[in-house]
Amino acid sequence: MEQLTTIGLNHYLTISAILLGFGLFAVMTRKNAIVVLMGVELILNAANINFLAFSKYNGGMEGVMFALFVIVIAAAEAAIALAIVINIFKIFKSVDVSSIDSMKE
Amino acid sequence: MFELPSGAEIQGIIASVQGSVGLFIPEIYLSALFMLLIVVDLVAKGRKNNLLAITTLLGLAGSTIFIYQQHGLPAGEIFFGMYVLDEFALFFKYFFVLSAIVAVVVTMADEQFDREVKSMGEYYALIVAMVIGMIMMASSADLIMIFLSMELVSFTGYILAGYFKRNPRSSEAALKYLVYGAVSSGLMVYGFSLIYGITAQTNIIKISLELAAHGSDSLVMILATLLVLAGFGYKIGAVPFHFWSPDVYEGSPTPVTAYLSVASKAAGFALLMRFFYVAIPHGALPPEDTLGIDWLSLLMILSVASMIYGNVVALWQKNVKRLLAYSSIAHAGYLLLGILVMDQFGTQATLFYLLSYFIMNFGAFYVVILISNKTGSENLDDYRGLGKKMPLAGAALTVFLISLVGLPPTVGFIGKLMIFSALLTKGTLYMWIALIGIMTSVISLYYYMLIPLNMYLRESKSPDEKGMNLALAPQIILAVLMMLTLYFGLFFTPLSDFAKYSSVMFGITLQ
Repeated sequence: MEQLTTIGLNHYLTISAILLGFGLFAVMTRKNAIVVLMGVELILNAANINFLAFSKYNGGMEGVMFALFVIVIAAAEAAIALAIVINIFKIFKSVDVSSIDSMKE
Repeated sequence: MFELPSGAEIQGIIASVQGSVGLFIPEIYLSALFMLLIVVDLVAKGRKNNLLAITTLLGLAGSTIFIYQQHGLPAGEIFFGMYVLDEFALFFKYFFVLSAIVAVVVTMADEQFDREVKSMGEYYALIVAMVIGMIMMASSADLIMIFLSMELVSFTGYILAGYFKRNPRSSEAALKYLVYGAVSSGLMVYGFSLIYGITAQTNIIKISLELAAHGSDSLVMILATLLVLAGFGYKIGAVPFHFWSPDVYEGSPTPVTAYLSVASKAAGFALLMRFFYVAIPHGALPPEDTLGIDWLSLLMILSVASMIYGNVVALWQKNVKRLLAYSSIAHAGYLLLGILVMDQFGTQATLFYLLSYFIMNFGAFYVVILISNKTGSENLDDYRGLGKKMPLAGAALTVFLISLVGLPPTVGFIGKLMIFSALLTKGTLYMWIALIGIMTSVISLYYYMLIPLNMYLRESKSPDEKGMNLALAPQIILAVLMMLTLYFGLFFTPLSDFAKYSSVMFGITLQ
């Protein structure tokens, strides 16, 4: 009962592990490039939750700083990724990762 | 919870930052060069000339002066333990600046750029940005810096891989590079968060002290190591994180392929060595704490798998760029062998191998570009009879390929010799791994020699007797690269001494 009523480190870590699982699932099973990138975003945010939770319970500011930088990097990555995906759509008329495969032997 | 610093503390922080900036001059200079290139591009817009390339070359050459000035400085951490300055980092600073110079020279020779894009735009600026990122990768001493610098290299890499916007293969290469890169860096950050959770530190030296003092949960530590290895393994292109590399290497503009395969890979190795040697030293945790497996055994598996997979799959390749991609996977395996040894000689051997790989791989890609300028193709079948039409290019490519196999009297032979002799001093298990390395080198002889076989012994399908003459500048560059491959194969002492001098890492003493 104690575990259910008070929020502790374990709760944060569980949420983050679940998010990581969802992210990996999206990356592995989805064909749409945009959805794959959304999965990556979930993975990054799972790491963010870890950093913030550990930062709170370890008592240092490094985790908070790290999470901030991860957010910034994720934004930059989204910008580059969408530019590349738009370019792919212009050329292939599709953003299906599995169908864009012209270089196999 | 967090108290505000007092005035005296703030003064101290400012003084420390000012002291650190003095040790950060090459990076600041390169950042200024990056911005200058963007301005030069705006001024020279639309004009087809080599102004940008020459500015880049001069700027990069100028940066070596600032790097040279860092030689006498004492090794140590700067910027509050974010960054580190030591001989190991200096080696890679030279390495990356030189590889960017060669990449620019190679780009100037590539006529595909004239056909595919209207202006060179931000291409050279991105090359310089990538140099900054890679230098930071080799010098980072903090998980935050490691992540930021790796992403800087990755992002510029994605854009460079897709630089031919209208070309489907180049765009596809960019997409694949992006998807695999994003996933593996996400996993790496998750691994970092676990390490941060275990140790409450982000500085790699403090992490090692914390692990030595308090130990760690074995399962979490292995999981974290695996996740971090996903990020590093992607950068170095080792099996099983190699899926991007054949397609990216084939689709990207050839100078970018050469640059990625040499410089970005070397940056990954620099990071891998610094992270694993310093942060999680082998033997720091007792074996029963880590279920008997730690990063060393993981790297052994990676290395053996890369050597076997890269060399065997390369046998079936018909495209020379793709063939070199698989060969580069195999070379990641050989380089990992040097890291497995974990002593000073092993580090020296790895650094020497990187230098030799630099010369021979850039040389091979340079010839591929020159040939594709004339024939418009990278297919192995189109190389028939080229040995007679382009004598110098044919001879040079043969020398580079012999060096990639690791036969004397080339620099590649000395590199392999050093790595294998470093392995053989370590015992039976390492001897077997070295044996696998030698066997796979023998396999590689077959597919490398297919290229000279086609060039010299098979007749061209459409025999036109006229030779294909190269311009003077490419001929000189080619001759220089070829001479270097042979010269350092015979007189390798300067290179190996430099590698030995550079095998000193701050924060750990290798035996």
